[in-house]
Amino acid sequence: MTAARSARKGTLVAVISTLVVATLLAISIGSSPSWPLVQKAFFDGTYFSTSLPDVIGAFAINIQLFVLAEILILPIGLLIALARSITSPALAPLRIFATIYTDFFRGVPSILLIYVLGFGVPALRLPGVPSEPFFWALVTLVLIYSAYVSEVYRAGIESIHPSQERAARALGLTRFQALRFVVLPQALRRVVPPLLNDFIGLQKDTALVSILGVVEAFKQAQILKSANFNFTPLMVTAVIFLVITIPMTRLVDRLAAKDRAAQQGGTR
Amino acid sequence: MARAAAKRVAAPVLELRGVSKRYGRALVLNKIDLSLAEHEVVCLIGASGSGKSTLLRCADLLEPIDAGSITLSGRAVHADDRDADTTRRQLGIVFQGFSLFPHLTALENVALAPRVALGLTAAAAEKRARALLKQLGLAAKANAYPDSLSGGQQQRVAIARALATEPKVLLLDEITSALDPVLVADVLEALRALAKSGATMLIATHEMAFAADVADRICYLEGGEIIEQGSPEKIFKTPRDPRTRAFLKRVRSVGASALR
Repeated sequence: MTAARSARKGTLVAVISTLVVATLLAISIGSSPSWPLVQKAFFDGTYFSTSLPDVIGAFAINIQLFVLAEILILPIGLLIALARSITSPALAPLRIFATIYTDFFRGVPSILLIYVLGFGVPALRLPGVPSEPFFWALVTLVLIYSAYVSEVYRAGIESIHPSQERAARALGLTRFQALRFVVLPQALRRVVPPLLNDFIGLQKDTALVSILGVVEAFKQAQILKSANFNFTPLMVTAVIFLVITIPMTRLVDRLAAKDRAAQQGGTR
Repeated sequence: MARAAAKRVAAPVLELRGVSKRYGRALVLNKIDLSLAEHEVVCLIGASGSGKSTLLRCADLLEPIDAGSITLSGRAVHADDRDADTTRRQLGIVFQGFSLFPHLTALENVALAPRVALGLTAAAAEKRARALLKQLGLAAKANAYPDSLSGGQQQRVAIARALATEPKVLLLDEITSALDPVLVADVLEALRALAKSGATMLIATHEMAFAADVADRICYLEGGEIIEQGSPEKIFKTPRDPRTRAFLKRVRSVGASALR
């Protein structure tokens, strides 16, 4: 059997088995006596189309939030990761600070931090400190996700074999130059998939800032839900989030595969 | 041998005096005295664990030494010096495991240090890199990534990379022992050409025939000490020390590969 034929046969088997499983699922859910009620409460076509424009409009806030956060997180996370990799005894305070930072912000539940920073800090009425919920939502997400992302960076940096740094130093590159030209370029390539993974988490977590009263997609859906006594707007939100995150995941996979091919595959 | 005799008059480029190095409680180098004159090729032979690699790393200031001194062109240097990076540019080292940068092409690997460490313009660094790759028979592979090159080609890129900062001394650490026997010849040929062009080299090697051919002087190491040194003829034909004799006898009976 040729490789092409065997691949075609594989695809066929996959399609058939997926169809069988999907049909069984549909039958078992649809046969539940309360399914029509659930369907009306969660998957109502009319409510879906009427709430779609409002939820999409509010989703612009989520996009602003995660795009700004990601732009800030990328350099901050890297700086924290570098601070944690410092070996010089004189700079130990920096390393200790970075360690405490990551321990703390990875350990505290996001929702708690959003409450404390979003309601607590503005309540202090410090002069010059903004009180807009959007601002504090952004700060909280940046603080939390910089901690996660710094760990991703650090794992990437540590995955580069020490012989690479040694070879760079042997050529007369300084420590910083070895990091900048040899270690980081390799480490960053490796961390793209886990990094984007964290960003998908961040994008979902933008819904948490609804508790501060920011009318983003989830909050908007809740408002519509309460107005109509129907959960369908929440499903709309779910669909919008999936529309954003799934292509992103696929993009990451492709980038990673392309990069592997380029490095293993020869000339440029 | 007239060539070697003429060289000995010149002042040493690299000089190690009483160099000792410990890893924990183990003494890996014990009062090493070794000097290289300009254009001289010295081969270090000895079983694995005899201290050859450590000696090269200490000489390249990659490892601090515990006692003794290292002098480069008459200037005392140390791994903990503030300007150790500058000193390292005057020394080139090639490792057994190549350690090429996988994210850079062959050309970029060679051009990196001239551009970054020496501050050459990108164009000048690239020009130098191309010339070196050509010299090592790799002109056609300039844009290839290390993963797509054979072991012998990778090792020649590593040699070109080490030469790119125009080092005063080239240190080579068993650079053929990770290679297929077929590929070894390529790399040794490149080294012979370098020796002929007047490069100063300190070579740790298990290739005895190569050492006999290319070296002006052979040093036999055992237990972190230089047991005996002299011309290839003297060391290979009439070794004085019984330990040198025992080592060479083992090499001849089992072959060099068994000693690794």
